[in-house]
Amino acid sequence: MTSSTETIHELANQKYKYGFVTDIETDSVPAGLSEDIIRLISAKKQEPEWLLEWRLKAYRHWRTMAEPRWPKVDYPTIDFDRIVYYSAPKQRPKLDSLDEVDPELLKTFEKLGIPLEEQKRLTGVAVDVVFDSVSVATSFKDKLGELGVIFCSMSEAVREHPDLVRKYLGTVVPYTDNFYAALNSAVFSDGSFCYIPKGVRCPMELSTYFRINAAGTGQFERTLLVAEDSSYVSYLEGCTAPQRDENQLHAAVVELIALDNAQIKYSTVQNWYPGDEQGKGGIYNFVTKRGICAGVNSKISWTQVETGSAITWKYPSCILKGDGSVGEFYSVALTNHFQQADTGTKMIHLGKNTSSTIVSKGISAGKGQNTYRGLVRIAKSATHARNYTQCDSMLIGDRCGAHTFPYIEVNNNSSQVEHEATTSKIGEEQLFYCRQRGLSEEDAVSLIVNGFCKEVFRELPMEFAVEAQKLLGISLEGTVG
Amino acid sequence: MLKVSNLQARVDGKMILNGLDLEVKAGEVHAIMGPNGSGKSTFANVLAGHEAFEVTGGTVEFEGKNLLEMEPEERAWAGIFLAFQYPVEIPGVGNTYFLRMALNAIRKARGQEELDSVAFMKVLREKVKLLKLRDDLLKRPLNEGFSGGEKKRNEILQMALLEPKLAILDETDSGLDIDALKIVADGVNALRDGTRSVIVVTHYQRLLDYIVPDHTHVLYKGKIVKSGGKELALELEEKGYGWIQESHAA
Repeated sequence: MTSSTETIHELANQKYKYGFVTDIETDSVPAGLSEDIIRLISAKKQEPEWLLEWRLKAYRHWRTMAEPRWPKVDYPTIDFDRIVYYSAPKQRPKLDSLDEVDPELLKTFEKLGIPLEEQKRLTGVAVDVVFDSVSVATSFKDKLGELGVIFCSMSEAVREHPDLVRKYLGTVVPYTDNFYAALNSAVFSDGSFCYIPKGVRCPMELSTYFRINAAGTGQFERTLLVAEDSSYVSYLEGCTAPQRDENQLHAAVVELIALDNAQIKYSTVQNWYPGDEQGKGGIYNFVTKRGICAGVNSKISWTQVETGSAITWKYPSCILKGDGSVGEFYSVALTNHFQQADTGTKMIHLGKNTSSTIVSKGISAGKGQNTYRGLVRIAKSATHARNYTQCDSMLIGDRCGAHTFPYIEVNNNSSQVEHEATTSKIGEEQLFYCRQRGLSEEDAVSLIVNGFCKEVFRELPMEFAVEAQKLLGISLEGTVG
Repeated sequence: MLKVSNLQARVDGKMILNGLDLEVKAGEVHAIMGPNGSGKSTFANVLAGHEAFEVTGGTVEFEGKNLLEMEPEERAWAGIFLAFQYPVEIPGVGNTYFLRMALNAIRKARGQEELDSVAFMKVLREKVKLLKLRDDLLKRPLNEGFSGGEKKRNEILQMALLEPKLAILDETDSGLDIDALKIVADGVNALRDGTRSVIVVTHYQRLLDYIVPDHTHVLYKGKIVKSGGKELALELEEKGYGWIQESHAA
């Protein structure tokens, strides 16, 4: 059997063959966390004093906090003294051609329909001049520059646009917010910064793929996205290709700010190493994502497809402060083998006539555990607010679990809240029906699951949606029969 | 084409088929009738490879191959089609998309070129016209919210599209009004070209007014207890199943 898990596992092992250890030693700090380490990180990044102070405040606050244990996930206690909190982005070994790449990985790429040049980039094969992603990225950046759009790494933003960063950093997710947000604020290594000026409709989907120096996923990423009045941006994060990383703990923070009449569409496809079929290894993905609709009639829309990680803990949320603002959350979370996900959203209605929509699709297979946890809070001030929540779970096999924890708080009597929830099982009859029409068992499962997720996929940008559908099929291989 | 010998099968530990024999030659239409619980649907599902039914004895040959060793999709590729008694709903999956996937899966297995959406739509439109169906069935998710009659008509559309060598209709007529019944019959009759075969499983005779069988069999307690021509169906309609049961009670 060829499963994506095996592929990833083989890769994970393979990586060590090349001996990264020496690279790491040349530019990393000792394990563990202290004020000195934070000063060292800040110094290495040549940061201004205010940012160092902010990191230190976050660190001091973090020390007073306890690891959250309320999520419905189970994992051994993390030893935070053994984590290395800073290491410069590493170079992967350059290969000369795709022939040197693990054929199993290439098979996965083929199934995902990833173009050849993209395959080379992902596997670290040297790309010829014509397709050099840096040159593509440069022309891309020129075009954005003409419109005044800033799209760069967080480090670059701190250097080049300190006032903007200082004005907005930590305003949506303060360092006091939660354990992992505090940790991220203290030690974040890099991330993305994006600024859309007033009245600009960003003409292309911004993807981290096009950001120069995007190589290497940071363990503690920080993303800040500001959309000025009447602007629009669609942002893509992540990648459907299997991603591996030697860092087990990932604690990113994403902050979105939408001013008057601005719209932000934020799409994520997350496919990190989920651990092997026995549940060993895999990434812990503890993320804080939040956006504020600060201006009137602004809109923030989160769409996520989560198929990777051993443990997912994330609640992309919207604070609907501006009158008439709109928050949306569309999610597909799949857990297979021993994966666990506790995910959902928070919609905090503060402004008048605010509305929010939540569509969550959870799929559990193998011994996967999938939890939807969502808060809809309607403040007294949020008169005539509306929320619609639809929360569907699908079970494949009889050893997995689906759980739903909706929290609803309504503090006025002019608002409307609707909640619908269903749980279904992929039926033997559905499978037999598809197979009787000539579909293989795996194609049948993929078809049924993709039908189940349709409402979410149609929110994704076109190419991303096609890839996400294929990814779901691959992630489900071997779940039946 | 199809040779069933001494077929025995059970479900949930209960024997349903007790030594069924049947031979269907190319181009023939066979009607299988019988009272409720006689094993008609079990027989249809066993031929299609449903895993809930356990075959405990006997053989089934389809065009010289051992059918019982084949997976359900392999049987579909070989040309076996089952029109379901209760077609399932698959939410979110477009009917047209599903039909194209099914046709291409079968074409691919047969070494034929897969059809792109333009070529496929052309074929599909012809079939829809032939069966006098309404277009809106195509735009909706597969069987979701379809009425009983719409589901059955959709089964016949799939059959017309996939052009099976052996079509098995599992009580397709149950719950249909006379117009829907004619659509089903037209679909089946359009398929009859002297090489394709049909097994019509039915409780009532009325479908057989429109699909005239070459042979009629009576299934009782998991065995074929009586076979005849088209006139046997009429006889059953007239006398009911009681006389068969009586003659086998002894």
